[in-house]
Amino acid sequence: MAQAAIELIGINKSFGAVRANRDINLEIARGTIHGIVGENGAGKSTLMSILYGFYQADSGEIRVGGNPASIKTPNDAIALGIGMVHQHFMLVDNFSVLENIILGAESDALLKRSIAKARSELERLEREYGLDVDPDAIIEELPVGLQQRVEILKALYRGAEILILDEPTGVLTPAEADHLFRILKQLKDQGKTVVLITHKLREIMAITDTVSVMRQGTMVATRETRKTTVEELAELMVGRRVLLRVEKGEAEAGAVKLAVKNLTVKDSRGVTMVDDISFDVRGGEIVGIAGVAGNGQSELLEAISGIRRAVSGSVMLDGKPIDLTGAADPGELRDRGLAHVPEDRHHVGLVLAFEENENSILGYHDDPRYLRGPFLNVDAIMADARDKIEKYDIRPGNPRLKTANFSGGNQQKIVLAREIEQDPGVLIVGQPTRGVDVGAIEFIHKRLIAMRDQGKAVLVVSVELDEIRSLSDRILVMFAGRIVGERGPEATEGELGLLMAGVERQEAAA
Amino acid sequence: MSTPYAKLPAWADYGLIPLINLSVAFIVAGFVVLLVGENPFRAAVILVEGAFGKGTGIAFTLFYATTFIFTGLSVAVAAHCGLFNIGTEGQAYIAGLGIAIVCLSFDSVLPWWLTFPLAIVASAAVGALWALIPAYLQAKRGSHIVITTIMFNFIAASIMVYLLVGALKPAGSQAPQTRNFLAGAELPKLNWIIELFGAKIRSAPLNVTFLLALAMAFLVWLLIWRTKLGYEMRTYGHSPKAARYAGISETRIIITAMMISGALAGMMALNPVMGDQHNVAIDFVSGAGFVGIAVALMGRLHPVGIVLAAILFGMLYQGGAELAFEMPAISRDMIVIIQGLVILFAGALEHMFRPYIQALFASFSPRSVGMEAVKGKGA
Ligand SMILES: Nc1ncnc2c1ncn2[C@@H]1O[C@H](COP(=O)(O)OP(=O)(O)OP(=O)(O)O)[C@@H](O)[C@H]1O
Ligand SMILES: [Mg+2]
Repeated sequence: MAQAAIELIGINKSFGAVRANRDINLEIARGTIHGIVGENGAGKSTLMSILYGFYQADSGEIRVGGNPASIKTPNDAIALGIGMVHQHFMLVDNFSVLENIILGAESDALLKRSIAKARSELERLEREYGLDVDPDAIIEELPVGLQQRVEILKALYRGAEILILDEPTGVLTPAEADHLFRILKQLKDQGKTVVLITHKLREIMAITDTVSVMRQGTMVATRETRKTTVEELAELMVGRRVLLRVEKGEAEAGAVKLAVKNLTVKDSRGVTMVDDISFDVRGGEIVGIAGVAGNGQSELLEAISGIRRAVSGSVMLDGKPIDLTGAADPGELRDRGLAHVPEDRHHVGLVLAFEENENSILGYHDDPRYLRGPFLNVDAIMADARDKIEKYDIRPGNPRLKTANFSGGNQQKIVLAREIEQDPGVLIVGQPTRGVDVGAIEFIHKRLIAMRDQGKAVLVVSVELDEIRSLSDRILVMFAGRIVGERGPEATEGELGLLMAGVERQEAAA
Repeated sequence: MSTPYAKLPAWADYGLIPLINLSVAFIVAGFVVLLVGENPFRAAVILVEGAFGKGTGIAFTLFYATTFIFTGLSVAVAAHCGLFNIGTEGQAYIAGLGIAIVCLSFDSVLPWWLTFPLAIVASAAVGALWALIPAYLQAKRGSHIVITTIMFNFIAASIMVYLLVGALKPAGSQAPQTRNFLAGAELPKLNWIIELFGAKIRSAPLNVTFLLALAMAFLVWLLIWRTKLGYEMRTYGHSPKAARYAGISETRIIITAMMISGALAGMMALNPVMGDQHNVAIDFVSGAGFVGIAVALMGRLHPVGIVLAAILFGMLYQGGAELAFEMPAISRDMIVIIQGLVILFAGALEHMFRPYIQALFASFSPRSVGMEAVKGKGA
């Protein structure tokens, strides 16, 4: 084996009663791409945060290039050649690419000279690694894939030899993800070391050299990627066999529960995002909407759930109209049996500063079950939260823990538990499993299918084709605000991919 | 990974950091005292003794604290809903009008214990209505509440001056104030409580409004953490998008929160007007609304913290007055500087020392970092 770029020896880290990392040993070879997988809350992000100086380990040792290192702050990590690309980008939106890259690393008292120097350095980096971005583009005008590239450039500009990426593909379209992987391969060829955290086992198989599996704070296995399989990794992660594709029977579609007709929605800048869309969702079926992110799916969900006004068109819920052009009240729609799991759990579906139990009633805080007159019925809310924690295996199982301190997948479970347990007639779900581990995906898919089997109407929007294909009874493909085709669940990935790219538009519309 | 620095244990968060901020404020203030050629240690002793040394001092300190509890709570309620109510000053001032109407109408016919509830309702209602207009403009027109409430402070001041030199002033009087209230609008003093502990009190304005302030602190706690309305306010305060998703009407929540905030601000007027001066005079609020901002920040928007911070500011007011009296070199303006320093360090620069303390904690006992959330502290 090549020389180790990083060695972690006996790392321990606790948050109160939660042991996020126990006695972790990990060796990452120089010039390789090393994957880390594990259930939600297994401690992956914590381990990387310790390596990057965000957290301090309670005990243990870090060696970088064979030398013991003391990493107290991210600056220490950067000085040791460790760079990190965060899941939530840390860029200044109204700065240019170049300005963002030199921010905090200005080499000269005069900004002008720093910029000139940075520009030539940046051009060299872009050439070397195939990272094309216009240095003068403004960040907020760039798509997420390019913003991420800027984050990578930022790390390289600071001399990173080791690059950590925590769930980098969660927000990317498939094409963007492919491009990212080409970049990572190129980095590897140039001798850099890459650590990649992801929940998508296919990505692990496609790009990594070695993969380590974490479970409940411990490191359970490290494998050479070419000697393992997706099934083995899933089993190592969860500790049991996992169904990567949940089985389901034939749909028994009943009456139309949600009918969308000629719906048109504009975004805040007045651009038409949903363009004259019509479709039905019947009780007892799951309708999936596939499409590359940004083709109007978000606006469609927001309009149906009453968060965003529609310009024209109508939506019928159980045969009765929803007032869309005025301000439809999401609370009233809930009362009428429409539940909504929003795409953006951090800002919409949850209040991160709240305790878990407070989030478990968000949107249902009007329900008399949770109230005693004008007062919150704290006992009932807590009991209810504990119930959901148990049923959905939300970890750690502490309803008083601040929601921000739950791992991403567990946050998603909090939202799903809240919406599904209200037993709605119609459930609309945006990105049901973004950032969620394979075990939880299986669980969530089973829940959604169980809802369908109870005769509920389920509408799923996802950018994951796998997910759409394994869940849906009917697949609608959205492109540029329109539905460009409808397919059955047997549709191939290639076929859907072409539709999503708008290639078959003419033919599909015919 | 949104926070690079981890959490501190609760006792450090709520005890240690305010203490450090306060100490720094006093050290800097000490240098200012040194600068004018006085002994800072003696000044400190005079200040504390002036505030807590004698019964009269304590009563004055609590009298000022009463005022600041109301304004602090007012600012905090709005802040929990994500709104920065700078209009506490004007809401309290204009509420004097409501009190004046009640007291001037009923002081000759009703006993104080009937006038008082009416005056409470009147002050709260006028304060709330004064906050309603900026709230409505924010909710419906997007006019920023900071700007509109500042403007409303000026409007309130102009209206009060106009009335106090005009309609409210007794004919023939030279002073810009109402006539003095009769016994039916004078609130009983609470000095006997302090005298129970053996202290002597000459004369001090501490009155039953103090108990009202404590009751309001409890009610605000109840409102924010135990009612549906408080839940909705906090949801909106943390994330307007989540509130929209949850079906919480933006207009309704902004208007409700601001009206409650205004009502609390309005009640502040009861303390000086009915408890002390027994008339409504020009400029009787004299900056208490702005002190409320500092009190709310220092008290971490929590009623218990606000009561403690209000007592601290009460001490600065009362002890400061003694200090100006005892040390001729220290003028009234110097006291304002010292108060300003406390506001600066405890309020505005609240986060200045936090990163260092967190780093310190992390290196001492990394285990304790993040504890607080798991143990689940009381709200
Ligand atoms: N600041 C914190 N305070 C308390 N608990 C925390 C904190 N940060 C993380 N935890 C807990 O530590 C455990 C590990 O979390 P971590 O974020 O490392 O998981 P993860 O493997 O990255 O999960 P995911 O795949 O969902 O991102 C979880 O149980 C989490 O709730
Ligand atoms: Mg993570």
